[in-house]
Amino acid sequence: MIVAKRKPFDEIMDLTKDYKKILLVGCGTCVAVCLAGGEKEVAVLAAELEMGRRLKDNPVELGSVTLERQCDREYLAQLDKTAGDYDALVSMACGVGIQFLAERFPNIPVFPAVDTCGLAVNQDVGWYEERCRSCGRCVLGLTGGICPVTMCAKGLYNGPCGGTNKGNCEISADQPCAWNAIYDRLKAQGRLDCILELSLAQEWKDTTPRTLLQPGYKKPEKAKA
Amino acid sequence: MKSGSNLEKVLQAGHFAFTGELGPPRGAHADEVRKKAAHLKDRVDSVNITDNQTAVVRMASWAACLLLIQEGIEPNYQMVCRDRNRLAMQADILGASALGIRNMLCLSGDHCQFGDHPTAKGVFDIDSMQLIGMVKQMRDEGKFLSGAEVDGKPQIFIGAASNPFADPFEWRVHRLAKKVKAGVDFIQTQCIYNMPKFREFIHQANDMGLTEKVYILAGITPMKSLGMAKYMKAKVPGMDVPDEIITRLQGVARDKQSEEGIKIALEQIAELKEMKGVAGVHLMAIEWEHRVPEIAERAGMLPRPAMN
Repeated sequence: MIVAKRKPFDEIMDLTKDYKKILLVGCGTCVAVCLAGGEKEVAVLAAELEMGRRLKDNPVELGSVTLERQCDREYLAQLDKTAGDYDALVSMACGVGIQFLAERFPNIPVFPAVDTCGLAVNQDVGWYEERCRSCGRCVLGLTGGICPVTMCAKGLYNGPCGGTNKGNCEISADQPCAWNAIYDRLKAQGRLDCILELSLAQEWKDTTPRTLLQPGYKKPEKAKA
Repeated sequence: MKSGSNLEKVLQAGHFAFTGELGPPRGAHADEVRKKAAHLKDRVDSVNITDNQTAVVRMASWAACLLLIQEGIEPNYQMVCRDRNRLAMQADILGASALGIRNMLCLSGDHCQFGDHPTAKGVFDIDSMQLIGMVKQMRDEGKFLSGAEVDGKPQIFIGAASNPFADPFEWRVHRLAKKVKAGVDFIQTQCIYNMPKFREFIHQANDMGLTEKVYILAGITPMKSLGMAKYMKAKVPGMDVPDEIITRLQGVARDKQSEEGIKIALEQIAELKEMKGVAGVHLMAIEWEHRVPEIAERAGMLPRPAMN
């Protein structure tokens, strides 16, 4: 899932200090699961903002809503009638949702309340670890199911580098060396031949904004309202 | 001849090569480079110029290389993948060749986290293995990485590093083989302190026929003090400092530790000279350039062969 982290309160206060009527918009999908921007977190932020602004003699009128998803038009449409009542929107969705919200209401300033932090696994409640950079060229089939782009601090395709350190990365004793792990796993599977070949320079697929159109589908002439 | 560099000629003639290293200054003083370089002149076959080593900003490697050429010393231009994308790298390779640089060492580069700009974005557009292949393609096929034609091939003797001690140990020789396959001409290894392990590594490289395809220069860094040895053992990733080295330095008075460090290095060099598969020694006397003349002399490396 996409994981995010709530922005520091002072930053949110500063971003929104000039607005008197603000709608906080949560997202009920990824950011709700990772405890950053779901219904509960919207309520917490609302309480904090309300009090923070009151203490600064700058009271604010707040509304709160949590949509099922902010990356889908059908859910954003639920705000069509009410968004105009506010002079700013604060989104607690990931960067994708924040932008889609801002695109839906181009005349209203939209502010992020979270920092989006990547595609991660759920290790435990409140504990998430990045696993994919969505590079668009998956090599997991050759690397034992361990992503060198994400899990190697240098994103090397022909590792491990000389900085591998007793199974860990040179950057930290808490960070396993991805290539050491790749080696161990492939060795155990008898598949070291997968990494004996040179991996050539990548044709990066993530350097321009990407559009995905599945086979058999077409873009409509004009995006649906 | 692939490049016509002095280092290539020395190695091809079958001499036991001896290379040095110089870290450029953290400022614009050319004299600092010249001062350090003077200690190395005529004592080594080529001098590695580090490229923002340990991810700390320094005078550009290519610029310091030019200062060495002006002093009549052959440089070995180090290039890391951390700070440039493939366009900048290829541009620098062309410029380096145009200005007379004939050796390059292709490296991944330490992570930015270790340096003076820890939050900088590491580029790593290509890795060191892919860099080797790119330089070779430019030199031998006259083609950029894109496949477009290079009008005027760069003449570069292609080097790379190898760390025989990092884990997994049994994979290291295979990674060396990948660098050979990518097209490397010479290798300079990580600093060697664990001689038994290095012997085993070279033995494997000999068995795989790698030492017939690539010149391996064994990396030597004399310990300046017990403190340095302890630091390298504990703190430097991929470094293998056996307890015997620590014990030996502990066994002498503090003011004799640097001499003991040099003695250890000289013993290693004496053994490396006789080791099948080792084509030379790369002396990394870190911020100790002024001791190189003495070490070169005592190691029996002087005079260096004069090549034409």
